[in-house]
Amino acid sequence: MRTTAAKFEIPYTQYLDPNGKPNGPLPAFAKDPKVLVGMYKWMAQVRVFDTKAIALQRTGQLGTYASCLGHEATHVGIGAAMLREDAFFPMYREYGVQFQRGVHMHEVLLFWGGDERGNCFKDAPAHDFAWCVPIATQFHHAAGAATAFKYRKEKRVAVTVIGDGGTSQGDFYEAMNCAGAWKLPAVFITCNNKWAISVPLSAQTSCETLAQKGIAAGIHSEQVDGNDIVAMRDVMDKALARARNGEGATFIEALTYRLSDHTTADDARRYRDAAEVEDAKTKEPMIRTRKYLESIGAWDAKQEEAWLAECAAKVDAEVLVYKAAGKPPVASMFDHMFANLPERLARQRDECVANEEHH
Amino acid sequence: MAKVALVEALTMAMAYEMKHDPSVVVMGEDVGKNGGVFRATLGLQDTFGPERVIDTPLAEALIAGVAIGMAAMGLKPVAEIQFSGFIYPCVDEIINHAGRLRSRTRGRLSVPMVLRAPSGGGIHAPEHHSESNEAMFAHMPGIRVVMPSSPQRAYGLLLAAIRDPDPVVFLEPTRLYRLNKQEVADDGEALPLDTCFVLREGTDVTLVTWGAMVVESLAAAAELEKEGVSVEVIDLATVSPIDEQTVLESVEKTGRCVIVQEAPISGGVGSEVAALVAEKALYSLESPIVRVAGWDTPMPLFKLEHDYMPSTARVAAGIRKAMEG
Repeated sequence: MRTTAAKFEIPYTQYLDPNGKPNGPLPAFAKDPKVLVGMYKWMAQVRVFDTKAIALQRTGQLGTYASCLGHEATHVGIGAAMLREDAFFPMYREYGVQFQRGVHMHEVLLFWGGDERGNCFKDAPAHDFAWCVPIATQFHHAAGAATAFKYRKEKRVAVTVIGDGGTSQGDFYEAMNCAGAWKLPAVFITCNNKWAISVPLSAQTSCETLAQKGIAAGIHSEQVDGNDIVAMRDVMDKALARARNGEGATFIEALTYRLSDHTTADDARRYRDAAEVEDAKTKEPMIRTRKYLESIGAWDAKQEEAWLAECAAKVDAEVLVYKAAGKPPVASMFDHMFANLPERLARQRDECVANEEHH
Repeated sequence: MAKVALVEALTMAMAYEMKHDPSVVVMGEDVGKNGGVFRATLGLQDTFGPERVIDTPLAEALIAGVAIGMAAMGLKPVAEIQFSGFIYPCVDEIINHAGRLRSRTRGRLSVPMVLRAPSGGGIHAPEHHSESNEAMFAHMPGIRVVMPSSPQRAYGLLLAAIRDPDPVVFLEPTRLYRLNKQEVADDGEALPLDTCFVLREGTDVTLVTWGAMVVESLAAAAELEKEGVSVEVIDLATVSPIDEQTVLESVEKTGRCVIVQEAPISGGVGSEVAALVAEKALYSLESPIVRVAGWDTPMPLFKLEHDYMPSTARVAAGIRKAMEG
């Protein structure tokens, strides 16, 4: 006899449709227009920064840069929901989270400009991790941080982000499986933008959703419209509350679309249909947020113009800080390797410094 | 004072540090109730509880990566990898993160973790349980690689590794876990890292070794003494970064150098020692450097393991060669 051993379902949350029309009552936090305007302002700020960063790269003033175009609602929703004492474990394009946590735009530019001082995070939480380029390893670090928080009985949450391609990695599953087994205060998010460089989601997996991969790890898993800032914030709020209350980890699949190339070193026209991108542009997050805010009288064209000008001025000021940074001291390659620099490295440091003086 | 085996000295060191520092936690596969497959964590869970002696899911990359996250958030994890051939999934985490995090964040984040793993052959273990992979880690910037070779050094060096504010890969010679017992004072006294130990003073030839090969090296030195050859035996202990001074001063004194390692000869830690001596003590040498090592083959299954690992006879022959050259 065959019976059903277990059944699962993946909830999906959307409050604002692509035209900014609510498809039901909004959650309590969204009743305050100031909260929504605040998040919209961050989204606009991120987009202005992103546009500038690409321009800097195209004019030889920045190294390879990973754009976040189209991901604004997902990222800003995550950052807006987190507390300062929580810890963030990024991949490499979550500026919308990081700016809200105090990472400076010039620090992002320094990193992509080939300067490790970008990882100093002068005013962001000192415990936030640096950018994580080896895909999925950040999931382990988040699980480890959550273990430390739980061990010390702190009401803090480790939050981490991965792309859709990253969900094919073993590390992705190992970390969530561990978070399930240990009931860790962690929130794992996949920013499903449909493309892992040139490989479409259909080539990564035959899963109907990526969220269901979290079910295999035994943690609460759901899907959200990652282009809907209200839904994103709501799902994040609930996941963080669950973690803080000792109810364990959550896996969130945020559905969005990578409107940009993978990085500035990529040309998505080689592998991606223009029609698909044009269609995605009609569903992107800025339009629907602005339309909704306009519909409730919380935003207008004049405010938009004034805010974009303010963002541009802020970005320009940060670019100046970035450009003024110069080259880091060569000794800094060695100075932060160990708390106590071994003799062998101290000698290499001297040789390296002397070598710089000779050329 | 109680005489203990090397593996018991490791347990003593972990227990001492856990007792005195609440940020120290032990983790790994089967480290809890089972006390580890080699019993290195025996009894720790009974004493310190399952929150501090944590059985992890069976995933080595996870063990290393979770330890990094814990360490960066202020804990001092001592993570165990069960067998030497299972350590490879950790490499991504160790090289890309453990060794880089302090440097790339300019000291904002650090990784005070220890990754413990058995090392080497000689106990008739199954396949993938007998590898000597210290050179792989020695090549990675930003981490220390330490190999104890006696119960006393196991105790003192593991304490030092746990207390060190940076990541340490701590490779324990499986063959020595229970080979000999030695009196070990449980006094919490650490031994220095980045420092060699001169195990036997001599005047004719310097023998540099580490880990389990210390046994064959000391035996060969005793044999050569009967032939009138005085061998100075140096245990590298911290195989990366190497304590250059102790090695060079010895070679300058004796004028001859033999290097003994269990790992494959090519690209090994011994190659680095040989390069060091060639670069900085060449004019002190009266004969070419001699290396005695494992072959450049996969570690064979155990019927052939003693044909793979340098024997006392091979080490002794190496010393004689250095004396003749």
